[in-house]
Amino acid sequence: MTRLHHFAFFDEGSKKEIRRTILKAISIPGYQVPFSSREMPIARGWGTGGLQVTLSIIGKDDVLKVIDQGSDESVNAVNIKKLVEKTTGIAITEGTAEATIIQSRHRIPEQPLTEGQVLVLQVPAPEPLRSVEKSERQTKILHAEEEYSGAWLQLFEQIMKYGQTKTGADHPVYVADRYVMAPSPIPRFDNHKMNHSEALILLGAGREKKIYAVPPYTDVRSLAFEDYPFTVESFAEQACHLCGSTDTFLDEIIDADKDKVYYQCNDSHHCLAQVNGAIQGKGDISYA
Amino acid sequence: MRDEPILQVQRLEKVFGRSCSHCQHQDTRQLEKNFCPYCGTVYACRNISFELFPGEILGIVGESGSGKSTLMQCLYFDETATGGEMFINHEDFKEKNIFALSNQQKRYVRNHILGMVYQNPAKGLKMNFSSIGNIAEKLIAAGNRHVGEMERVGTELLDKVHLPLFRMKEEPKRFSGGMQQRVQIAKALSNYPPILFLDEVTTGLDLSVQASVLDLIKTIQREMGISMIVVSHDLAVIRMLADRTMVMLNGEVIEKGLTDQILEDPQDAYTQQLVYSLL
Repeated sequence: MTRLHHFAFFDEGSKKEIRRTILKAISIPGYQVPFSSREMPIARGWGTGGLQVTLSIIGKDDVLKVIDQGSDESVNAVNIKKLVEKTTGIAITEGTAEATIIQSRHRIPEQPLTEGQVLVLQVPAPEPLRSVEKSERQTKILHAEEEYSGAWLQLFEQIMKYGQTKTGADHPVYVADRYVMAPSPIPRFDNHKMNHSEALILLGAGREKKIYAVPPYTDVRSLAFEDYPFTVESFAEQACHLCGSTDTFLDEIIDADKDKVYYQCNDSHHCLAQVNGAIQGKGDISYA
Repeated sequence: MRDEPILQVQRLEKVFGRSCSHCQHQDTRQLEKNFCPYCGTVYACRNISFELFPGEILGIVGESGSGKSTLMQCLYFDETATGGEMFINHEDFKEKNIFALSNQQKRYVRNHILGMVYQNPAKGLKMNFSSIGNIAEKLIAAGNRHVGEMERVGTELLDKVHLPLFRMKEEPKRFSGGMQQRVQIAKALSNYPPILFLDEVTTGLDLSVQASVLDLIKTIQREMGISMIVVSHDLAVIRMLADRTMVMLNGEVIEKGLTDQILEDPQDAYTQQLVYSLL
């Protein structure tokens, strides 16, 4: 097969620059390292940060999984997979355990990641202090001086207004007791998966030109006040209507015609695996 | 009996510009007002030394452009002083030149020992955050992580500055100027700083609101024993608040002494002009 592109789309110089950025990011957990974000064949804001990270670390033996909001089959995930597959010829998978690199938007897979795996998260807004401080120069100083009143203030305001913290996603975390970091718009439900993660977590923001990282086995603590402990989304004892899971992040699906509400696993691969496992389990029993 | 000063400033200098051969040397420089006519370098604060004692209010007067606000900004680290030393009588920073500390340490001093009320409330407040949140910001910066406690302190202070408590969760941008100024004072007081800087706090407020803000400052000083530096171009404000006063002109302190003495028996020609031009 003759390829029209260089392996993994990028020229080697670009890969080298991005890899160096990644190395620096890993060395300073939670610190946003600037990089010269390239023009990509998809628009900025659609996962160019994650894609650039993936393309610069991918090798011929890698197996890639791409998910978007927990789904392997949404448009964004499919297109990114196609691009990587076309330009590298490497294997694509939907299985969380088989993948060596998992690029994701808005979720961390339900199945715990293991040593040797790399989770690449797409980040729209890497700066946790941006809503209190507009200037990049100032936020850099605030990070340098470990002045995170602004991040706490946002949570305080939510408690004053709504009686609890209301971060739908992207609840800020303290990394290795030094940098406050935006974990990308993952639900609070996923925050604890970053703490002492066995897998390396790389976060790429293409539009904002930043890469940052959580190395394996790093302390990641969600910001919470003493009298308002950190809580995750609860699904009021609902179960997935397909696989019956009660310990996963559920989507609420409203069927307007039947006026019914369903709950379904957000992580499509995990749900399918549960269903298959259950069928197989039943089979074992019936054939036994 | 003489107390130790709580704040001591020695030979503070603030220069904007790069200086030239005409103005480099302090003894030979020929300035026009406070700037060098050859290179345009502005000498905003020149050789300013003073002491602030516990519980006292020190007034600084002078016309606009005399360097009052720049001096305050240097003391609160909004601007970096070009030269000079500052000492604070605090167990963590004894005998240490505060200007020479790292930025992180300066931030600590600012968050724990100092308070500032700016002339423009937009500078001291986050206009889009609730009033109680604004107060919490200062407490959070000083290390508090307990919502209930911060809410209690904030409510207490907003009550002290006579802000209607049913509006404490509103953003200051929806308040009148006088109310914004009072929220700012409450914020500056939130961590009970031993030293408070007030920069033209009543300028632009109408007379009745001015009176209530001044009354508030006086009460705070009496009840909490906070040392203050009050900058104003309004001699009436200085007369009412300050125990001692410094007069500034073109970046220099030209006269200092007891407030009554300066207002009743001014020595320097400029001070005489200033005092007698009082309507």
